[in-house]
Amino acid sequence: MTNAPRERPGAAYWSLAGLIEGARLGAPVMPGMALFGAAFGALAAQKGLTLLEAVLMTGVVYAGASQFVALEMWPEIATLGGIVTVGLVTATVNMRFILMTAALRPWFGSLPPWQSYPSLCTITDPGWLIAMHYYSKGGRDASILVGGGLAFWVLWVASCVPGYLLGALVSDQKSFGFDVIMPAFFVVMLVPLWQGTRRAIPWAVAGAVALAVAQLVPGWWFIMAGAIAGSIAGGFLDER
Amino acid sequence: MSAEPMALLAIFVMAAMNYLMRAAGFWVMAHVPLTIRTRRMLEALPGSIVAATVLPIAVKGGPAAVIALMAALGVMIWRGNSFLGVAAGVATAALVRAAGL
Repeated sequence: MTNAPRERPGAAYWSLAGLIEGARLGAPVMPGMALFGAAFGALAAQKGLTLLEAVLMTGVVYAGASQFVALEMWPEIATLGGIVTVGLVTATVNMRFILMTAALRPWFGSLPPWQSYPSLCTITDPGWLIAMHYYSKGGRDASILVGGGLAFWVLWVASCVPGYLLGALVSDQKSFGFDVIMPAFFVVMLVPLWQGTRRAIPWAVAGAVALAVAQLVPGWWFIMAGAIAGSIAGGFLDER
Repeated sequence: MSAEPMALLAIFVMAAMNYLMRAAGFWVMAHVPLTIRTRRMLEALPGSIVAATVLPIAVKGGPAAVIALMAALGVMIWRGNSFLGVAAGVATAALVRAAGL
């Protein structure tokens, strides 16, 4: 894909072409992400956030699901205790990031920490999935992840503003099917990740455990529980 | 353009928690030896996270969501284009709901 120099095979490196390629690979989800960002802006307006507050949250929190959950609890931030609650809920909604960046260690671990740790700010679900697929094919350009993450960030913040101002236009997401954009992208990404039935056994374990936990435990724990179960299954499957 | 101090604090706390989540896994794995087993566990993560996220959401979303996600998957396998796959999922969800399911 790029002709950037690679000193050691397997070591992460940076390239301008990779930044652009990362953004390009993210294109299929961009329309959905813009609508999702606009929906966040619209809901923020309904919940009484100022435009600056909505844009700031989008820009510095940069994690869709937790932003929506925070809006639902927004009146609680009037007290310090409420803010602590919002912070803890944010952490549980996004706990999957722990597993996602753990998976980045073999790749980004070869970068100096002053480069790898700031890169982690750009993690999103689609950007990470795209980057992991690129990595599994042997790619090592760290710019793929960061390029996608930066492009999504610009789009995410920019789409919040018209959503906030136009409010009602995107409030009825369900009848247009917009609510299935992110799950549909997730499902679609399973196809390039597919490496045969055997490698998919952990996915089945993850799905089954997540379904069971979602029935029994309220909140977002099902993602963590399922993903950890799948990962353990993956670790104990013997390679043929 | 203005912002309330409590809102700013809440936003800052949320951002800090998220960065903590984003950095924690990467930091922990610096201290866990990368054996063949841990590598396999990490390799199983992308698909596992997808399955663990999507299945409960699909079940909660009812028949329309399940049919829409199957349409997305089908089009992706057929055409190998993720944009077409997502578009098929969205269109199917809208159609199925318009049909009253």
